[in-house]
Amino acid sequence: MRPLSARVVLLAALVLVAAGPAAAQSVDERFTVCLACHGADGQSRIPETPSLGGQPSFFVVAQLFLFREGRRDNPAMIAAAKGLTNGDLTAFAERVTKLPPPPAPEDPPDPARFARGRTLTLRHPCGVCHNPDFSGREQMPRLASQREDYLLKSMREYKSGARLGYGGAMSQELAGLSDQDLMDLAHFLSHLGGKF
Amino acid sequence: MTRRIVWLIVAVTGLALVAWPAIAQQTTPPAEPPKQEEVPFWAIGRPQAGPGAQMAPVPAFPIPTPADKLPLAKMKVPPGFKVELFAAEVFDARGLRQGDKGTVFVSSLFGAGKIYALVDKGGKREVKVIAEKLMLPNGIEFHKGSLYVATPKDITRYDDIEAKLDNPPAPVKIYDQLPGDVPHGWKFIKIGPDGKLYVPVGAPCNICEPDPEKYAQIRRINLDGSGMEIVARGVRNTVGFDFHPRTGELYFTDNQRDWLSEDLPNDELNRVTKQGQHFGYPYCHQGDFADPQLGWGKACADFVKPVLLMGPHSAPLGMRFYTGKMFPQKYQGAIFVARHGPWNRTQKYAADVVAVFLNPNGTVKSMEPFLTGLVENNAYLGRPVDVLVLKDGSLLVSDDHAGAVYRVSYKK
Repeated sequence: MRPLSARVVLLAALVLVAAGPAAAQSVDERFTVCLACHGADGQSRIPETPSLGGQPSFFVVAQLFLFREGRRDNPAMIAAAKGLTNGDLTAFAERVTKLPPPPAPEDPPDPARFARGRTLTLRHPCGVCHNPDFSGREQMPRLASQREDYLLKSMREYKSGARLGYGGAMSQELAGLSDQDLMDLAHFLSHLGGKF
Repeated sequence: MTRRIVWLIVAVTGLALVAWPAIAQQTTPPAEPPKQEEVPFWAIGRPQAGPGAQMAPVPAFPIPTPADKLPLAKMKVPPGFKVELFAAEVFDARGLRQGDKGTVFVSSLFGAGKIYALVDKGGKREVKVIAEKLMLPNGIEFHKGSLYVATPKDITRYDDIEAKLDNPPAPVKIYDQLPGDVPHGWKFIKIGPDGKLYVPVGAPCNICEPDPEKYAQIRRINLDGSGMEIVARGVRNTVGFDFHPRTGELYFTDNQRDWLSEDLPNDELNRVTKQGQHFGYPYCHQGDFADPQLGWGKACADFVKPVLLMGPHSAPLGMRFYTGKMFPQKYQGAIFVARHGPWNRTQKYAADVVAVFLNPNGTVKSMEPFLTGLVENNAYLGRPVDVLVLKDGSLLVSDDHAGAVYRVSYKK
């Protein structure tokens, strides 16, 4: 399948969000709107759109909160989260945690980049917060088998300060890493196998 | 719903379905456990296994604790003192300042990005948002009718703010010569007895050797942004300072580096006795401990030692000299310090307010617990960030974990 352009994804997301008054729909109905882009099986197939499978509940609540407050630069998600109640945040998070973690890509990783990425996760003790198997916990997302392009986009945004995060740890840990480092990290993490 | 929208939804849903592969139960073998020799020498000490491998910044839940669930009954203060709720549902409550007309201003950081005004409404506080979507607006100060707000990038001023809480004026920028980094870029600001505004620039990392003319320092500027001078160097990340009520000397808390050890290094209380003094970072921590990476060839004796060690990773933040009239005489001239409590430590502690008593010569006599009880089962019920002496002499304490402001008062 050819990747969808970002513009088509944004248009589709906005249309889906605008398709019905939120109040008239159940949480489950509204959740199917999320899954149209993020993947009903927990795995996204849309460029720079994260897979949600296996994400910790706290992380989902925190990110939806940031979107609701208009504090992450993503028009589609800001529109989607507009007007969500605190109860909605936790209700969506509960459903997200039930999605299965995505499998790793079928193509094998580049061994040298995979190894470099792994070494970087030890120097910058990524696994201390995200868990040694990168399954994530609390406010810290699951990274294992996340889309490579999304991991790279997120890390670049944290490093540049474009994304402030829900705390200062990411900008601190990524300070001093090169863009090649970020690419190798994304390559390693995205190729970690499904459920550990 | 128009036909066009229906068509689009069908198309998008269809695309998603087409893209759905038959999910083969593909399993990539898990990564092998790291071999110790792959860890570079300078990262040794960072936990790879055991309890330390489970440390992470302690987050506040994005939904503040409701008033009836706040840990008020858990907090302990010395005999004669009382803690009560001042304001609930102040998400990510950080810095505290009081306006001339009594308004209490509250800043916030990553969680909220807002500035709140707490307004008295018949003994209860109404929480107004006066600015939002700001970049880490932790630093605030009130001076002659204006509220000053500092982000990692700039300092702005909201004039005549107490008369305009419902319709705040556009901020006036007074200073933008700040590097703007996120790590330790958030501010604590205060106007000194010299009428100048003091603003720190933290180290843009945990441990590194940044340009000393740009980072790891406390500066002061005139209120129009001119005349910048460096007041103190070798300061990793101060998020609280105040001026001695008699001598005018600057005392500041400083948060020391992470990932070294459960019990090293201590966070500090420092005292500036001469402009431009160097307080050790990144070469020497807690006055007597050379950094294992960057401390080689450096002598701790060449740097100014802290006046008080405040506990490893205890995170002392906001502090204020007590000059109010309400508390007993022994607290006159003492410093109240809010300790946020560690994240980079497996055993949580602090998350309290301590009272630091000084000798007449400005050195530290002792430190005593003042408000405690917020650590339970190795987890935080609340985390103090700043303290503020109200005009009536009572003490406000902000809590960014539960999202609330408490008031401590005293009655004989």
